[in-house]
Amino acid sequence: MPAEGSSLDPVLTRLLRTFLRPYRRWLTFVVVLQLIGTVASLYLPTLNGDIIDRGVARGDTDYILRTGAIMLAVGLLQVLSNIAAVFFGAKAAMSFGRDLRSTLFHRVGEFSAREVGHFGAPSLITRGTNDVQQVQMLVVMACTLMVAAPISIVGGIILALRQDLGLSWLLGVSLPFLVVVIGIIVTKLIPQFRQMQDRIDTVNRILREQISGIRVVRAFVREPLEEQRFAAANDELTVTGVRAGRLMMSMFPTVMLVLNLSSVAVLWFGADRISHGQTQIGDLTAFLSYLAQILMSVMMATFMVMMIPRAAVCAERIKEVLDTDPSVAPPANPIDIVDRQAEVTFQGVSFAYPGAAAPVLEDITVHCGPGTTTAFVGSTGSGKSTLVSLVARLYDVTDGSLLVDGVDVRELDPTALSARVGLVPQRAYLFSGTVASNLRYGNPAATDEQLWEALRIAQAEDFVRAMPEQLEASISQGGTNVSGGQRQRLAIARALVLKPEIYLFDESFSALDLGTDARLRAALRPVTRDAAVLIVASRVSTIIDADQIVVLEAGRIVGLGRHDELVQTCPTYAEIVESQLSSEDAA
Amino acid sequence: MTGPGKADETASGKPANGKVVPGRLPPASAAQRGGGPPWMGAAMPAEKALNFGPSAKRLLRRMRPRRVHLMLVVAMAAGAVTLSVIGPRLLGHATNIIFAGFIGKRLPSDVTLSQAIAHARASGNNNYADLLARTHAVPGHGIDFTDLAYVLLIAVCLYLGAAVLSWIQAYLLNDVVQSTVRQLRADVDAKINRLPLNYVDSQPRGEMLSRVTNDIDNIGQSLMQTLSQLLTSVLTVIGVITMMLIISPLLAIIALVTVPASIYVTKAIAKRSQGRFIAQWRNTGKLNGQIEEAFAGHELVRVFGRRAETEAAFAETNDALFEASFGAQFVSGIIMPAMMFIANLNYVVIAVVGGLRVASGSISLGDVQAFIQYSRQFTQPLMQLASMANLLQSGIASAERVFDLLDAPEQAAETATPQVAKERRGRVEFENVSFRYKPDEPLIEDLSLVAEPGHSVAIVGPTGAGKTTLVNLIMRFYELDSGRITLDGIDITEMRRADLRSGVGMVLQDAWLFGGTIWDNLAYGRPGASDEQILDAAKSAFVDRFVQALPDGYDTVLGEDSSNVSAGQRQLITIARAFLADPTLLILDEATSSVDTRTELLVQHATAALRSSRTSFVVAHRLSTIRDADLILVMEHGRIVEKGNHHELLAAGGAYHALYSSQFSEAVADAVG
Repeated sequence: MPAEGSSLDPVLTRLLRTFLRPYRRWLTFVVVLQLIGTVASLYLPTLNGDIIDRGVARGDTDYILRTGAIMLAVGLLQVLSNIAAVFFGAKAAMSFGRDLRSTLFHRVGEFSAREVGHFGAPSLITRGTNDVQQVQMLVVMACTLMVAAPISIVGGIILALRQDLGLSWLLGVSLPFLVVVIGIIVTKLIPQFRQMQDRIDTVNRILREQISGIRVVRAFVREPLEEQRFAAANDELTVTGVRAGRLMMSMFPTVMLVLNLSSVAVLWFGADRISHGQTQIGDLTAFLSYLAQILMSVMMATFMVMMIPRAAVCAERIKEVLDTDPSVAPPANPIDIVDRQAEVTFQGVSFAYPGAAAPVLEDITVHCGPGTTTAFVGSTGSGKSTLVSLVARLYDVTDGSLLVDGVDVRELDPTALSARVGLVPQRAYLFSGTVASNLRYGNPAATDEQLWEALRIAQAEDFVRAMPEQLEASISQGGTNVSGGQRQRLAIARALVLKPEIYLFDESFSALDLGTDARLRAALRPVTRDAAVLIVASRVSTIIDADQIVVLEAGRIVGLGRHDELVQTCPTYAEIVESQLSSEDAA
Repeated sequence: MTGPGKADETASGKPANGKVVPGRLPPASAAQRGGGPPWMGAAMPAEKALNFGPSAKRLLRRMRPRRVHLMLVVAMAAGAVTLSVIGPRLLGHATNIIFAGFIGKRLPSDVTLSQAIAHARASGNNNYADLLARTHAVPGHGIDFTDLAYVLLIAVCLYLGAAVLSWIQAYLLNDVVQSTVRQLRADVDAKINRLPLNYVDSQPRGEMLSRVTNDIDNIGQSLMQTLSQLLTSVLTVIGVITMMLIISPLLAIIALVTVPASIYVTKAIAKRSQGRFIAQWRNTGKLNGQIEEAFAGHELVRVFGRRAETEAAFAETNDALFEASFGAQFVSGIIMPAMMFIANLNYVVIAVVGGLRVASGSISLGDVQAFIQYSRQFTQPLMQLASMANLLQSGIASAERVFDLLDAPEQAAETATPQVAKERRGRVEFENVSFRYKPDEPLIEDLSLVAEPGHSVAIVGPTGAGKTTLVNLIMRFYELDSGRITLDGIDITEMRRADLRSGVGMVLQDAWLFGGTIWDNLAYGRPGASDEQILDAAKSAFVDRFVQALPDGYDTVLGEDSSNVSAGQRQLITIARAFLADPTLLILDEATSSVDTRTELLVQHATAALRSSRTSFVVAHRLSTIRDADLILVMEHGRIVEKGNHHELLAAGGAYHALYSSQFSEAVADAVG
């Protein structure tokens, strides 16, 4: 019996149906067992009524005792079937959760960087954790309680009417009245909850800003203003909280009042019927019990129904992810590389997001041979990071082709590709574990010597040795327990351990100061002698020695050559160099 | 090197060894708890409060301002409970009237009741005789409707009264709880502004925020759910027990037996489920961690070809979670049926024993009727009390964490006699300044320097050398260990912090802009600035130019992750803000990484304009900045190792010389000329 103001969302239903399908059998058990349990509990008042009518009224103590024994047996049956129902219900619900989580995880794993970028990693994380949890909570409740409530209500009504049909009109009045009242309260409550959530988010946001920007607040002496800002949001939140709380807490007294007044009515009208011999006292007593049960079940059902809107929103978000197809698919017939060359060739490569007005990259043709260093420069938005991501096949080109060792990257066996390409992304990310586990990420078989070697080259040996556990020093999620520069060096070391043929450095040296940057590149030179190195950078000093520099502007190549040439021939490049090295213009 | 805490080395330097509360994890939000209706067992095991008593008392003390309300609440609750407890008795009375009428109707009308009783005894029907003796049946008469009406009318009034009292009481309580929580939030916010930075920096990321948000939310929810229920439940139980004892001590004792039985059962089951809940919670945390890593490090997983292993690890945790959560859910799901069974058992026994006693005339039917209702009224609060214990623990645990924050030591008070500089010229002097974040890690030792007005001081050195610390000290974000810093001749501790800081402008690497409009962010630089002044500042920093190109202009709202405004543009806004503040002293942190070249030029122009005629301390990355500085401080491991201008230091052939020559090869020197 749904309360008014909320309807079962189609996405939610579809999601539930798809993932609960394998557990149909268990769910059937749950329904059957709960049916038995509810019927049993509904039967008790009848038996009680019998005790009164046939036992007490006639002074038949034997009957009383016998019926009592039956009541006991029924009670036992009820509890056993309820427990069994909980067993199957919990099993089905938790299996649902498990399957949903694993499907979601797998789907996101298949995504290319584009899909991940579209949703944003934080959003995906929320969807995989909180949203799944919400939906699972609903299923758990539904499996364990929700089935019982409607059965209880319907069964209660039937049995009550069986006791005394003449009082059925009473049910017909009090029940709809209660449903309407609760429905009104719930309809008002749901938007209040939503508003409360928004206002909680606002308060939290302000606090987050105050804490993370605490220096700036103090530097600009804005403490009083911030307190005011917070007070305003706090007051707003309180107002909504009060309103929602009032509605919420008025529900129980209302239900109790309806119940009590109905009981009074039952006694009054029932008495009349008794005096006319139309009904028995025991029937009346039973009727009262049923009334109570029915109304209580209605209230329980309402609580559950309140959870549906929130779960529906979560279901939609989950479905969005599940329905998104990855744009980068593994090749049907993967080719392995035969001819190990360490070269990357861009042939007329273009890349555009679907539906975007302008392409990110247009007609890029560059050849990066073995033993060469190719640098990519350009202003933000010129597409240089995307270029490098294409090599790692985080995206697929929309036009032209990208060849690694002479093979189109789309035909390449993914394992072969990942063994060949070492990426150090812009934002260094480390996984929870140890320094060693992170370094071995691409190459689990690396020895400790190899790790130390990589650390040495990456200018990270000193600080790792300084840590008490050295290689076994723990790294927290994301690598937040080491500084930005250290993180980056560890990420570089990680790529080095892999010993790839193609190095992709995406702004990997930006968090390092000039000295460390220079030393690192010097140390890299012998190691990358036979490899193809692609560097994306904005610091001139990083790229100045590159074998070829590719200057990008708005996705197109506007300059290609060595530093000396480009300073003369490419105005964009000259501008970049000038901005970093001279002080003439700064006056 | 850097300890735990903030990993961003440029923002705060090394974190201090502030007071870190022993690791208790913050409570999950209601959503994570699997927030359902209150009687559903929490998905996470309750946090245990360390000092339940004192913390609870302290929390209650916070409600003192509303104590009149609270007393009213208690009174009303008592009233409501009393009324609703009397109710079943009245209804029982009504049942008796009905029963009497029923019996009476069956008796011949020409005998009196006592005669009928005697007659029954004579014919050996002792049970029936006793039954008759109990009733007030009038032979030959049916149900006395007047009497019935009277009783029922009183019942109706009683119930209405109870409902009204309940409503009002609920409203009042809600108000009290909400205002208490509001005050708590306000106090915490005010406290944040008084905390010394070393405390804030020492907190693990997000811990403080969680304390302030999740914990307070939790307190509010727990208070709401427990206070009202606690009050009514306890009063109801007391009232019901009293009534039951009045009606029939025997039946009351039977009913009371269920109490220890339910408590025992609940505890036994809860104990068995506790282990599973802990496992569930642990696995959830682990799983969430795996999800976060796999999604945040998505490209790495892909590029390094680790998808298969990642999914395998995930599947393992997922299965473990399934086992644990299924077990937890099942075992805790037994509690309700078990309690219901006990309640039903109770019901059966009362029905049987009651029935027998009615038949033998020792108790009236209505009394049994009432008793059954009472026992139902009795079990529900019990169940609520049981589930409340967890909630209460969790709420008090949260309160403890919040109180810890409120009790944290505050920064040094403002001096009683603030001094103001006669003339603000921007002369900064360090006199034998020493400072360390951690007592056993030397940082700045006996540093003395002078920055004349209008001079620029460049701070250079390898990463993590403590450059930002210098800045922290000038702004008095941290207190010195020894020595003093003067601004225009006045010790900075002798000034009001507000005066000191409003004279210093900061442009940081993390351009902190809040989620408001560009205009609001600019105006932040100086409260009370006129529109003209703001516009001027915007123009000086080349902000006006790009703002004109934006669709919403100055009303553009800055998103949290600056999707609409580039990093370089954000920096320009920060510079404009500093322009507006018009300080005599500037502290700048140069950022080069995330800015595109075109905007980079603008930033340089704007910065140069800002710096002209102002004393500036620059944490420098660019060679030109360093070369043109009046004074260069070379720092290494926090110590100033060299001091001087560019030429002097090059000639000295020390650390600066080494740094300089390692950065640039011949080609650059030539290109620059």
